[in-house]
Amino acid sequence: MSAKLVQGYEVVIGFETHAQLSTQSKIFSRAPTAFGAEPNTQACAVDLALPGTLPVMNLGAVERAIELGLALGSHIAERSVFARKNYFYPDLPKGYQISQFEIPVVQGGEVSFMLGDEKKTVRLVRAHLEEDAGKSLHEDFIGQSGIDLNRAGTPLLEIVTEPDMRSSEEAVAYAKELHEIVTWNGICDGNMQEGSFRCDANVSVRKPGAALGTRREIKNLNSFEFMQQAIDYEVRWQIEQIEDGHAIQQATVLFNPDTGETRAMRTKEDAADYRYFPDPDLPPLVISREWVERVKSSMPESRPEMKRRFEADYHVRSDEAKELTRTRDTAIYFEAATGLLVKINPANWPIPNGSTDAKQMYGSAIAKGVNNLLAAQLNRESLSIAESRVSPANFARIHARMIDQTLSAKTAREAFLFMWDEASSEDDGLLDKIIDAKGLRQMNDSSALEAIIDEVLAANAKNVEEFKAGNAKAFNALVGQAMKASKGKANPAQVNELLKQKLA
Amino acid sequence: MTELHHLGVAELAAKLKNKEVSAEKVAEHFLERARTDVHKAFLAIDPEVTRAQARESGAKLAAGTARKLEGVPIAHKDVFVTKDFVTTAGSKILTGYRSPFDATVVARLRQEGMVTLGKLNCDEFAMGSSNENSAFDPVTNPWNTEHVPGGSSGGSAAAVAARLTPAATGTDTGGSIRQPAAFCGITGIKPTYGRASRYGMVAYASSLDQAGPMARSAEDCALLLSAMCGPDLDRDSTSLDVAAENFSQHLLRPLARAGKGGGPLTIGFPQQWWGGNSEQTAWLEGMAPAPQHLLQWETWPSINAALKALVDLGARVVPIDLDKPELAIPVYYIVACAEASSNLSRFDGVKFGHRAADFADLADMYKKTRAEGFGQEVKRRIMTGAYVLSHGYYDAYYLQAQKIRRMIADDFQSAFAKCDVIAGPVAPTTAWRLGDKADDPVASYLADIFTLPASLAGLPCMSLPVGLGEGGMPVGLQLIGDYLQEAKLLNVAHQFQLATKHHELQPGAAA
Repeated sequence: MSAKLVQGYEVVIGFETHAQLSTQSKIFSRAPTAFGAEPNTQACAVDLALPGTLPVMNLGAVERAIELGLALGSHIAERSVFARKNYFYPDLPKGYQISQFEIPVVQGGEVSFMLGDEKKTVRLVRAHLEEDAGKSLHEDFIGQSGIDLNRAGTPLLEIVTEPDMRSSEEAVAYAKELHEIVTWNGICDGNMQEGSFRCDANVSVRKPGAALGTRREIKNLNSFEFMQQAIDYEVRWQIEQIEDGHAIQQATVLFNPDTGETRAMRTKEDAADYRYFPDPDLPPLVISREWVERVKSSMPESRPEMKRRFEADYHVRSDEAKELTRTRDTAIYFEAATGLLVKINPANWPIPNGSTDAKQMYGSAIAKGVNNLLAAQLNRESLSIAESRVSPANFARIHARMIDQTLSAKTAREAFLFMWDEASSEDDGLLDKIIDAKGLRQMNDSSALEAIIDEVLAANAKNVEEFKAGNAKAFNALVGQAMKASKGKANPAQVNELLKQKLA
Repeated sequence: MTELHHLGVAELAAKLKNKEVSAEKVAEHFLERARTDVHKAFLAIDPEVTRAQARESGAKLAAGTARKLEGVPIAHKDVFVTKDFVTTAGSKILTGYRSPFDATVVARLRQEGMVTLGKLNCDEFAMGSSNENSAFDPVTNPWNTEHVPGGSSGGSAAAVAARLTPAATGTDTGGSIRQPAAFCGITGIKPTYGRASRYGMVAYASSLDQAGPMARSAEDCALLLSAMCGPDLDRDSTSLDVAAENFSQHLLRPLARAGKGGGPLTIGFPQQWWGGNSEQTAWLEGMAPAPQHLLQWETWPSINAALKALVDLGARVVPIDLDKPELAIPVYYIVACAEASSNLSRFDGVKFGHRAADFADLADMYKKTRAEGFGQEVKRRIMTGAYVLSHGYYDAYYLQAQKIRRMIADDFQSAFAKCDVIAGPVAPTTAWRLGDKADDPVASYLADIFTLPASLAGLPCMSLPVGLGEGGMPVGLQLIGDYLQEAKLLNVAHQFQLATKHHELQPGAAA
């Protein structure tokens, strides 16, 4: 398929993404990286660039770079070099940023994803390690600026693509896929509001077949929604300029979400000479084959691999498997809960633990539970699955009680909600205590049910008549009445069965 | 009893251990000398801090838990940051700056029980070879107060020579320990790059800066260097992962058996450095310098005599080749200035140190702060450094300099295939008069020709006094060793000092 054209122009987009690495401490110091602390409480002497301080490489940051490279099929450089990018700004304490310039740690690689039914591949140029700057706070002080250096020295991986994307939709799909990869592997927490995953889009337009147009770089896109809006606006703006006979000037622009417009911050003429040179405080970063192998062996299964495995091992549908592998935590939760359910084996199936059959027996039940009951509750409470108040073990126990018919689907949901409020507890007996205390036990005693059904039939003679006259809906009304009379505890299957017998 | 200030480090340490004198008394004696210092060597003293440290040492000596250098005073070049004293690096831009931590070197010497007397004057940010670039008073040479003490560790050298302290720390980027040691007639050593931690040294040129001791003898330097060196991998990425070493262990090895395989020590003399004529070099077998390589230098008679003395002690002297020594000068000034221009960016008035009182906006604040805070020479080097790193010039200057730097290091490696140590002059002249080169930075840069090559190669090197030259001013012999061969240099120097008295000469001012 040829590229989608906008008013006869081809759109060309390349991305630079800053992913904040999920290390506990900074890239060159031991200060913590946690977000949201009081200003300047997470900046040590090294971050403040006090005289005599020196950078020391955080190997955790290097490992995350290796992980990304492995996940994207890149070359991991055996030797890469840190350089100094020199410029003055109050939130840059040393007066230079340490970044990889000529020789980055991750070279090449690609990101593939589906755009509709079409498979797209975006090639990477490189990904390099660097430190973040601090923050200037211009709003809080009248006539002055505040500087918060908590973020100074936070490890970043800057991931740079070739100009391979041809539409805003493709750009957003790329960004989402990359986001998924870095969060899946635990390289980055992916929190876009907190700035953990920031994208810059280089956008240009050209007539098909023409040389690349002059690009403008949209900085700091921190949501997928703004990304699309910003690129769409920028494309329209550039086409308008060209149609009006104006040449595009290379520039850095900012997107204003309130107006939906992009506005130039600086043009190429103001571009600083950063006087890059290798940082003499840091020897070249040497990564041995063994180190790469060690990182590789500790990496999680990739998402596509895991999805395929779920479909094969647990017999879940493709769409279910996709949901279950939405995050790695979801997949971990699912596998843990299923594992325990297999162990409990509530149906007493004569199957060996851990066999594929056992997994398939119980996997789809847990899959439905995770994708529906649990997902809905997490969504209501705006929590991530790692924060679920019902543990995988208790989730498995609820399903076990459903399979052994102690709970109906309805009471299982109630038990789940009670459990949620009780907070996750590994007390084995907690669920049964709740079932008894809250009277959730399903009525499976057929003589007691018969009595209820007899009463319902006597009290609803009209429905009985209608049913006998051939109205199938009347049967459902009778089931409903019986369930209501049992306060929802009757086993619906048994009610159906008994009603059919009585009305036959 | 000899006056306390005439005792060296080893002697003082022994007397303190034997309880012949108390740590408190030693501290008071040197505090008094520091207080009456006429050479402007000290930038900061704080008697209460010194006394408290001396009391601590006194208690340990009394309790029998004394460490190696317990109670022996030392003073630090002002580029080492200290918790207890203000650190200025000789610059107005750091006026009043107090570090929340001690430099690793300072902390290590404290851990061996040394008592800090104060901070010593130096060229601003260690940039200079006369100490005239200090933002504070220029230090004077104790041998003749109309002469410079050398630099940048001029305060350290003058303080040791004037017996204001038995020992001092210095830093050497392109000769800043060796040259002032030579000019003031004392002994100083710069170890292999990476041996001493740079953590807590105000950075001038990161790939060259190295700390070292300055004292009255090789024996004292060995004691001090052993305490200063050792890995500091958690704080300095360029720190070598080489265990601390006892540099005193080979001091007594006779030179006749100090060479490779137990043979005589072989001293290489770079024939391209030779400044004499063939008559004077006749005793040196095989020495045939090409005329175009002849350098003009006036300290050669003392150097020549010292080499002969080393031969008398059992060493052999052989000619070696270190071609085009003059190339080291532009290479050094490109690399050092480039690094300095970046290292000094942090002095911007935002976080610490001087900030201009009045300014219109951010750019104005930067300009005024740095224009007021930095001296002439610092500004000159920042501008030179920014220039050589600029777009379009980087390849021609910085990259080219790095290539030649590697060639210089390779030349040394070829030379060490033929000899155990290299010997030569520290400087072409003795200490010049104050003001003589103040207006001619290039003349001052050219005088660094003999110290720059070893710095660029990261090799250990030292200076030891070998007599008086022009104007009765001291001359220093430079010894350069292969990587990690500090003990060998100290061995040679100590053997020389056992047989000669040059290191015991003292200026009248020290009496």
